[in-house]
Amino acid sequence: MTAQREAFSTALQSATRIEFDHVSKQFDGNGARPAVDDVTLTIEPGEFVVLIGPSGCGKTTLLKLINRLYDATSGIISIDGAPLQEIAAPELRRHMGYVIQQGGLFPHYTVAENVAIVPGLLGWDKARTAARVDELLRLVGLPPEEYRERYPSQLSGGQQQRVGIARAVAAAPGTLLMDEPFGALDAITRSRLQEEVRDLHQQLGQTVVFVTHDIDEAALLADRIAVMREGRVLQYDTPLNVILRPADAFVAELVGADDILRRLSLVSVAAAMVELDAAEPVGPDEPVIDLPMRVRPALNLLLESGAPRVIVREGGVPVGYLDLPAVQAVSVPHVARDGA
Amino acid sequence: MDLLGQTWTYIVENAARVQEALLVHLALSLGALAIGMLIFIPLGVLSSLGGKLTAGIVGVVAAVRVIPSLAVILLLMPFFGLGWKPALVALTLLAGPPLVINTDTGLRGVDPATLEAATGLGLTASQRFRRVKLPLALPVIVAGIRTAAIEVIGSATLAAFVGAGGLGTFITSGITLMDERMLLTGAILVTLLALATEGILARVERWITPPGTTPA
Repeated sequence: MTAQREAFSTALQSATRIEFDHVSKQFDGNGARPAVDDVTLTIEPGEFVVLIGPSGCGKTTLLKLINRLYDATSGIISIDGAPLQEIAAPELRRHMGYVIQQGGLFPHYTVAENVAIVPGLLGWDKARTAARVDELLRLVGLPPEEYRERYPSQLSGGQQQRVGIARAVAAAPGTLLMDEPFGALDAITRSRLQEEVRDLHQQLGQTVVFVTHDIDEAALLADRIAVMREGRVLQYDTPLNVILRPADAFVAELVGADDILRRLSLVSVAAAMVELDAAEPVGPDEPVIDLPMRVRPALNLLLESGAPRVIVREGGVPVGYLDLPAVQAVSVPHVARDGA
Repeated sequence: MDLLGQTWTYIVENAARVQEALLVHLALSLGALAIGMLIFIPLGVLSSLGGKLTAGIVGVVAAVRVIPSLAVILLLMPFFGLGWKPALVALTLLAGPPLVINTDTGLRGVDPATLEAATGLGLTASQRFRRVKLPLALPVIVAGIRTAAIEVIGSATLAAFVGAGGLGTFITSGITLMDERMLLTGAILVTLLALATEGILARVERWITPPGTTPA
């Protein structure tokens, strides 16, 4: 039993594969329409998947099915091939980070105690927990010496959310679930935290499922976006494909398909650029930009400079270029009906 | 002022009787409060879970609250006769409403986001109750204990009507004998007892308010 649990814990600590197989969720007395309606999709290990759609589309319900805050009415959800129903819910949740919009920090616990909750539940010893708490507070930009002993009421909304993220990843879960984590924050704090979550994901490599109704946020963070409406997944694809090849009129509207500049502000330069041949010389006077960047500000620079192209660098090394044809190629959407 | 002086003399001269009455008063009050807490705090917990049970419990409690204290004591006479028994039962019942209502309110008042996070982090239902709900509701529950204690100490004065003793005896005898010193002895001591209890429990309330949160 103990050995089995041990093996299970270890398994859930590396990035997990999450599979939905014809999953539906019907709430009692909700007559007509299920909140989640026959969803089948696979989230690959280490993938950052964003669930997006208008309120009531079922995205949060779908998320909460993963850590069994809700149980599916029909269909099977499995994690690394094991059906969720075979795992006791509290045990399962200890291996899945969970961040919610309002933070949900325990107000009577200090910052350190909040971060230490899951390690405590898993029986870590004190020294290991304390070291982990400090490590995580540093990771989310809250110097432990200064913040460890504070209470949530003494923190700003953004700081509380950072603690919430540190708490969620404290026991190094292989899965991180985030339910509109930045919805209640101001724009500046939100964009800073978005960047940090992206970096955190690159460092830790866990599977992330992230719910939002903000397409900008989705395009920035996602490896793949699942667009939902009325309980169904309309399109499940990379941000670029969702933006350039929206599956239907609803998705097209969501990504602003009739507004080229808006769309260009969603597409990253990395997806739009032409790769540079290693042998190709780069002129000393050519304008340069550094990744990560969206196409829209890059286009500004291109037009401003009057040059035929801008050189794209990653980590200081030229990797590609962006010219007007490249921008044009990502400007024109191909809605499914014209056969793209 | 003369009357106060005479009352003081009366207390000193009847020290043994006063002490006994004070002890009976305290024993009745503390007994009723203790039994009341054992019965009504769990009832408040049940009620906070919601559903049909809540409506039933809250309804009964609200009804008890409407009945005047003296009537509660007298109405129990047919079942428990005279003496300390009807008094203890009545005082226990009178402690009920604030205990049930505050326990229920305190537990329900815990931020749902905190509870959802607790569940999502993998706390079991009992861990969630002991580590999150109860500590956060405790100040409100203790405020209920404080109200109940004051209610019980005041109402214990009426226990004298069914022959249960306590500080109320000075008041009932004082009225019968038209002795103002006796009347005042009872009134002053009950007042001091209530004030002292209030002071102590207010301190307890502050002490158990979890850090990082504001007192109820």
